[in-house]
Amino acid sequence: MSTPAAAPPTTINFTVDGRQLSAPPGTLLIDACKRAGIEIPAFCYYEGYSLQAACRMCLVEVEKMPKLQTACTLPVMEGMIVRSETEQLAKARKGTLEFLLTNHPLDCPVCDKGGECELQDMVFRYGAGESRFTEIKNHEPERQWSPVVFYDPARCILCYRCVRACNEGMGVGALGVANRGVYSEIIPNMGDHLDCDECGACIDICPVGALTSNTYRYKTRPWEMQHVGTVCTHCSNGCKTTLGVRNDEIVRGNNRDRSGINGEFLCVKGRYGFDFNAHEDRVTSPMIRIDGKLEAVSWSKALGFVAEKFRSTQAASGNFGVIADTHLSNEELFYLQKFTRAGLKTSNIDHSRSGDFVTLLDAVSGQLECLATADDLYKSKASLVIGADLSQQHPFLAFQLRAAVRHFQSKIYTVAPGPVREANYSASSITVPVGAEFEALEKFTEKLKAEKELVILFGDAIKGQRVRDLVAWAGSLGIPVKYVCLVDYSNSRGAMDMGAMPNLLPGFEPDPHPGLSEAQMLASPDLDVLWVVGANPLRYKTLASKKAFVVAHTMFLDETSARADVVFPSASAYEKNGTVTNVTGQVQRLKAAVRTMGTKADLEILGLIAKEMGIAAEIGVWSHDIVFREIHKTVRGYNVPLPILITGGAASTTPVNGRVPVEVLIDEIFSAGDTLFTSGSLGRHSKLLTSVPEFPGALYKR
Amino acid sequence: MFNEPHPDEVRIISKRFGRPNSASIGTYLADEGYQAFLKSIEMTPGQIIDELKLSNLRGRGGAGFPTGLKWSFIPRDNPKPKYVVVNADESEPGTCKDRLLMQNDPHQLIEGCLIAARTIGCKLGYIYIRGEYRYLIEIMDKALAEAYAHGFLGKNIKGSGLDFDLYTHTGAGAYECGEESALLESLEGKRGIPRIRPPFPAVSGLYASPTVLSNVETFATVPAILRMGGQAYADIGTPKNGGTRMLCVSGHVNRPGVYEVPLGFSMQKMIYEVCGGIRNGKKLKAVIPGGSSSPVLKADECDFPMDYDNYARMKTMAGSGGMMVMDEDTDIVKVALRTMRFYAHESCGWCIPCREGTTWLRKILTRMDEGTGRRADIDLISELSKNMLGRTFCPLGDAAAMPTIAFVEKFREEFEDRLRETVVPVTSPDQLIAIS
Repeated sequence: MSTPAAAPPTTINFTVDGRQLSAPPGTLLIDACKRAGIEIPAFCYYEGYSLQAACRMCLVEVEKMPKLQTACTLPVMEGMIVRSETEQLAKARKGTLEFLLTNHPLDCPVCDKGGECELQDMVFRYGAGESRFTEIKNHEPERQWSPVVFYDPARCILCYRCVRACNEGMGVGALGVANRGVYSEIIPNMGDHLDCDECGACIDICPVGALTSNTYRYKTRPWEMQHVGTVCTHCSNGCKTTLGVRNDEIVRGNNRDRSGINGEFLCVKGRYGFDFNAHEDRVTSPMIRIDGKLEAVSWSKALGFVAEKFRSTQAASGNFGVIADTHLSNEELFYLQKFTRAGLKTSNIDHSRSGDFVTLLDAVSGQLECLATADDLYKSKASLVIGADLSQQHPFLAFQLRAAVRHFQSKIYTVAPGPVREANYSASSITVPVGAEFEALEKFTEKLKAEKELVILFGDAIKGQRVRDLVAWAGSLGIPVKYVCLVDYSNSRGAMDMGAMPNLLPGFEPDPHPGLSEAQMLASPDLDVLWVVGANPLRYKTLASKKAFVVAHTMFLDETSARADVVFPSASAYEKNGTVTNVTGQVQRLKAAVRTMGTKADLEILGLIAKEMGIAAEIGVWSHDIVFREIHKTVRGYNVPLPILITGGAASTTPVNGRVPVEVLIDEIFSAGDTLFTSGSLGRHSKLLTSVPEFPGALYKR
Repeated sequence: MFNEPHPDEVRIISKRFGRPNSASIGTYLADEGYQAFLKSIEMTPGQIIDELKLSNLRGRGGAGFPTGLKWSFIPRDNPKPKYVVVNADESEPGTCKDRLLMQNDPHQLIEGCLIAARTIGCKLGYIYIRGEYRYLIEIMDKALAEAYAHGFLGKNIKGSGLDFDLYTHTGAGAYECGEESALLESLEGKRGIPRIRPPFPAVSGLYASPTVLSNVETFATVPAILRMGGQAYADIGTPKNGGTRMLCVSGHVNRPGVYEVPLGFSMQKMIYEVCGGIRNGKKLKAVIPGGSSSPVLKADECDFPMDYDNYARMKTMAGSGGMMVMDEDTDIVKVALRTMRFYAHESCGWCIPCREGTTWLRKILTRMDEGTGRRADIDLISELSKNMLGRTFCPLGDAAAMPTIAFVEKFREEFEDRLRETVVPVTSPDQLIAIS
């Protein structure tokens, strides 16, 4: 310990089962073996969470150590000679599994986990063929803890993964252990029920069928599903989710293969909020308003009707207004802006903006490397969250920060108008009224100067001049700073990148003929056509033009469709192919998992209207891969490595590295004001999300 | 609980037992009380540790780790606070010595803690007393108040510049909390489950700080060692096994009780002379020598000098000093069942082999005892115990396995006899539940 000047070795060499291996100092034997392709069985060990050494499955023989050692707690040591498969170990594992099975019910034929159960796999590989246990098993009835979570104590093998996932991963700590010995069981924080995020991390991490979800239980067997990797549509964090699909129905969402930026993380919306897709109120047919009532019509009739109206408006006034949804794919957004600019000859196109990314780009002009990725949040030594309730609004980014604190002792600083979860583990937090966030930063100046680096995450409280002030203040700290401008919707970033804005073309190129913003369009009494592709602007605003012909693409009959003259049934994001870009500028692939009869993807609807108008040749083929090829070639920053994208990874886009000389209408920038349990129209049509007790209230409301 | 001193006893730490007001500071001060602490102020920490090493004092809680060595592991240059923690969670079945030490001579323990604190540079200590010993907290707290009043605790103790505060803390009745790392968890206000070791408490103990954690008897012995000198203390016992031990003799002897004898004292002499032999003139059948975790000895194995090395030679252990003597009428199957019921009840549930193994064994032994055992069960009992042995998270699993293996090995014929006895017909599964 006190040997002076001996530099610590950079690699440790050791032997496992006769193979020479090496690993960095401090690596746990179980991890080092895994990386070398040697599997050491374990139930309780889980990479990223605290060590338990409770299941005793990972015992190995180490030379010069008289007792068997747990590979999950043993760091690799120079010259260590390990044996992971011996007769003694086989006997130990067999013995431990025999113990485990004494009180585990053998209800595999009806257990949700059957087929993907770690206990089944382990018994198959190491267990005994016959049971010597002839006593009565301990049994406790199953319990429902929340609208999502069910617990079956009899199946529980007490690996405590759920407790750690909830406490360490989610920062909630809603699970604990009660009783002792063979009567030990997992208990929820409210005694008989849970008060938590309902994220289901406990359910997914359970190696057996002890924790099951209300959405999936007793619905199917794992091998009957197709697994489709796509991107969650509920918020801007862009978590990858693997949808389990059976008979054209989504029955499960998780990301157990840890592909994607979010690893295994998903929140309640990502894991269980997919049920809006199969809601009975889905619009499944085009509709035209006849005598004040929306009547179902054929596709050709509706398309013809709209094309004719567009043509005649173009010939007369050309007063179009186009509002793009922030849930559309990049391809749809690109195609729509092209349609608007090249086809309708106007730049009156906008989307619902939730963060001032444009000013940030302008303010950091020339130093583009300062835009943080999700990975930067995890690895940064310090983070500052201003004006956002991160755990509620950006659950994955909050998860990254928690992991940074846990694994790298990173420091978190928060400024928020109320209690935020980050304050529980932050180095310092300030509570200020809404609107006073920026001024409060002064208090952190000295502390932050002492940090090595910083990532700043800011919400809609910081916009316009404040963004410039923030960048100037951060510049005065004298440390490397990166930024995340928190935008809220699943493709908010894509909408900006693809030029669904009145004053910016794709790639943040200023539009020489800027058009009207969303608010300006809605306020204009002369608007002849309002074309709303998926969004619901009339939920919060009114349409001034009484004469406007309103075309709405929608999944549900919402406030905007109530005013619409024509309604097109849109496919959901889970029903289409394409790409989306998340809050940290990482583009990922959407993959169609299911279909809803009668609906079409918005890209197809756009293409069919163009075709009907006879302008399809100018705008292009409405195929997502052809449109993406054009984006890849022409939109600045989207020249990403295709293999990453094709294999389901996330590729970082790099927007313009220069001035963006446009005026930003900051009064039109609003946070979505969502909590963990709300997600606009989609959330309102998720039976599961509406069944979960509502979070007391968002700190940032729309 | 303690008898009139037997001439073969060597009473060093129990010498004040039975005196009027033995627990009061006046009695203690009148008989060399706190002299050792005053002496320790004049010594360097290194000298104190050397004296302890010389004394060959080994931990009296069960594991028998050399105390001087343990104290020397406390890192001097660690900027964290250091703690002294007394393990007074005396829960090993058959053991009742710490209770007497606290009840009759609490100041001896306080002085031991003071010396430990002085040695490692610690300002705060805790005495973790098992939940069932509530009444001792009152006695201990009174003694602590006296020590404060006399300036032996608090700020600038006796002008030495040392500060030391000592508190009592109660457990909630879990055997597991006698395991040092589970005790620390419990003391920190958490669920009483053991910790992954290393790090050991000397490096990262209470609140992740360096901690000296020892048994009551160990701390209580320290003042005597400093007073008489390490060598003089070591000379009392056999080589490598210094000093005296408190033995708690229970069971079928004429004079059960707690006795202080030098290490290396003959077990035969202990049973037949000190404890007055087996009661009612019966024959000796077996002895559990060091608390319920230690493997049983048959009558013909019970003649050896009781020191750490000889216990090991007999494939058993000194343990906590809880000697349980059993006469020829004792039913070993019942003893095995009673022992396993204890461990199944006390298993904390943290690791699989102990949690499931103890309960399974309890169920089998219950059947065996009720007369519905099967021949295969005898081997199964021993095999399941071996499946637990050495594979559990903490020593509780070993503590359950070791005696069980010995019961079956040494008294197999009794298990076989039980198979021939009347079989209780099992009519319904409910009945099985009822007897488990």
